[in-house]
Amino acid sequence: MSSSPLMELKDIHKSFGNVDALKGVSISINAGECHCLLGDNGAGKSTFIKIMSGVHQPTKGKININGKEIEINNPREAIDVGIATVYQDLALIPLMSVSRNFWLGRELTKKVGPVTLMDFEKCDSILMSEMDKIGIKLRDPSQSIGTLSGGERQTVAIARAVFFGAKILILDEPTSALGVYQTSNVLKTIERVREKGVAVVFISHNVSHALAVGDKFTVLSRGETLGTAKAGEIDFQELQLLMSGNKELSELKK
Amino acid sequence: MSDDVKNNSNLRTNFRTVMLRPDLGAIVGVILVFLFFFLVARDTGMFSLEGSMNWGIVSSQFIIIAVGACLLMIAGEFDLSVGSMIGFAGIVIAVTSVVWGWPVWLSIISAFAISMAIGALIGYITISTNLPSFIVSLAFLYILRGLTIFIAIISTKKTIIGGVTEVAQDDWLAPIFGGEIFTGVFQWLAEQGMIQTFIAGTKAGQPVVSGIPMMMVWALGLIVFAHFLLTKTRFGNWIYASGGDAQAAKHIGVPVNRVKILMFVFTAFCATVFATTQVIEFGSASADRGVLKEFEAIISVVIGGALLTGGYGSVIGAALGAVIFGVVQQGLFFIGVESSLFRVFLGVLLLLAVILNTHVRKLITGAK
Repeated sequence: MSSSPLMELKDIHKSFGNVDALKGVSISINAGECHCLLGDNGAGKSTFIKIMSGVHQPTKGKININGKEIEINNPREAIDVGIATVYQDLALIPLMSVSRNFWLGRELTKKVGPVTLMDFEKCDSILMSEMDKIGIKLRDPSQSIGTLSGGERQTVAIARAVFFGAKILILDEPTSALGVYQTSNVLKTIERVREKGVAVVFISHNVSHALAVGDKFTVLSRGETLGTAKAGEIDFQELQLLMSGNKELSELKK
Repeated sequence: MSDDVKNNSNLRTNFRTVMLRPDLGAIVGVILVFLFFFLVARDTGMFSLEGSMNWGIVSSQFIIIAVGACLLMIAGEFDLSVGSMIGFAGIVIAVTSVVWGWPVWLSIISAFAISMAIGALIGYITISTNLPSFIVSLAFLYILRGLTIFIAIISTKKTIIGGVTEVAQDDWLAPIFGGEIFTGVFQWLAEQGMIQTFIAGTKAGQPVVSGIPMMMVWALGLIVFAHFLLTKTRFGNWIYASGGDAQAAKHIGVPVNRVKILMFVFTAFCATVFATTQVIEFGSASADRGVLKEFEAIISVVIGGALLTGGYGSVIGAALGAVIFGVVQQGLFFIGVESSLFRVFLGVLLLLAVILNTHVRKLITGAK
């Protein structure tokens, strides 16, 4: 693991009119690390990842990538610096084939005479080998995304982001709508991706899912960071209490 | 044992693939329609060369507008102004060439330019207001029809403008829309006795079918172009994506707005092709031409298996839907059935198609 963080966000503030959604959030993200961002609904998780992925711009605060301060003005710029976001529902188009989905917006093409065509042969063969690597068995590349399970869809979306060069992968509640078996598959995929040296930012409000793959845990509450802990330094009970805002209560008990 | 299981599952996969073809319903429909008319109308001359040309031309007309509507519907939008656009483009050609004395080629090119610009405007308004396109294009259904009648009345005091045949006599562009190809071949076939010839009248000695009308050539050309664009190019991938889930497509960098506006332009292009072939063929333009054509186009597309919600469909299916349309309309005429029943048939067919498509959609998306 490199000593300098891949991405740092320092003292991020974001206000929407009179509402302060974020009141000074700081985290640092390292390559090959799974950083879990935990928090209850309304804690500011989604605002924060929207700032990371360029959808929103911070009212105040600094963003560093590889030690250099940058501004991320739109999602395109985020993708250009290697930040990819896999949203819960917005990732894939169910009526289209797995192959068409995977290559959407970055289609491989070939010239046949004067016309440029999609190179389906190449697209399909690369897709099949990528799917094989992440353990999804496809009947054929032209089957529609709709025929895959929710967990498989998340996995395909993650594989796509990594394949196209994501260095920082933001996963927005990837397991919240999934059953136990599918969740474990998605968590396995996260582990695989992390081993490749990709930094994973895992947003969840499910503590046990986070503990299963996380290297670091940052808890957000009402727009503020309650601190960051490393794996092994904190247990289920403590995280759960932090998230539900019962920090003081738990301290009183001690 | 395991081989058996594998074969079985392969068979199931193939069966599923066939079942999920968007154009399956239309293929079955075409077979049934041909079978029916072959059984009941064989003796009427419906399937003679002359008779086939009759329903072939009508089908081609439906195909030309269905192809445009098909790509637009897959991209997630509707255009209800197609019929009015047909009337409008026709009047533009007739007024500029006959009344203003422009060369016909310039009139045709101008009609295309104006129609496609209006198509782009409809698309632009739809995108920038976020309104459903059927409302925006419904407004243009009225705007264009009104303008068409207005232009015809103020320039000629009539709603039908004739005289195009005379001014188009030596034009180089008009035959591309109104001429015939392979006339030599048909003449030769007639001389060999393989095609009947007229026995009397001014056309005596000429074959009853003198060539392939350009209308059919356009229909075929548009099918090939649109099918190719949709299934083989990256732009085709963007068309599917724009209709399947515009938000997700935008998110991944697909220029959804550009795709949708271009599809509106293409729909207007197809409407103008239809208008031009008719004006050149009849030698006149009428302000009420094209009424209800937008619905006939949409029905063809739906019979062809496209989903009304976008993101799924087939150009071949839409073309077959148009052929069903043409064959049934002309077939009822051949067997002497009251033509009003055609509409009853259409309504029933539309309903069946939509129910079938909804079911197919559930199969694809795995929704219960």
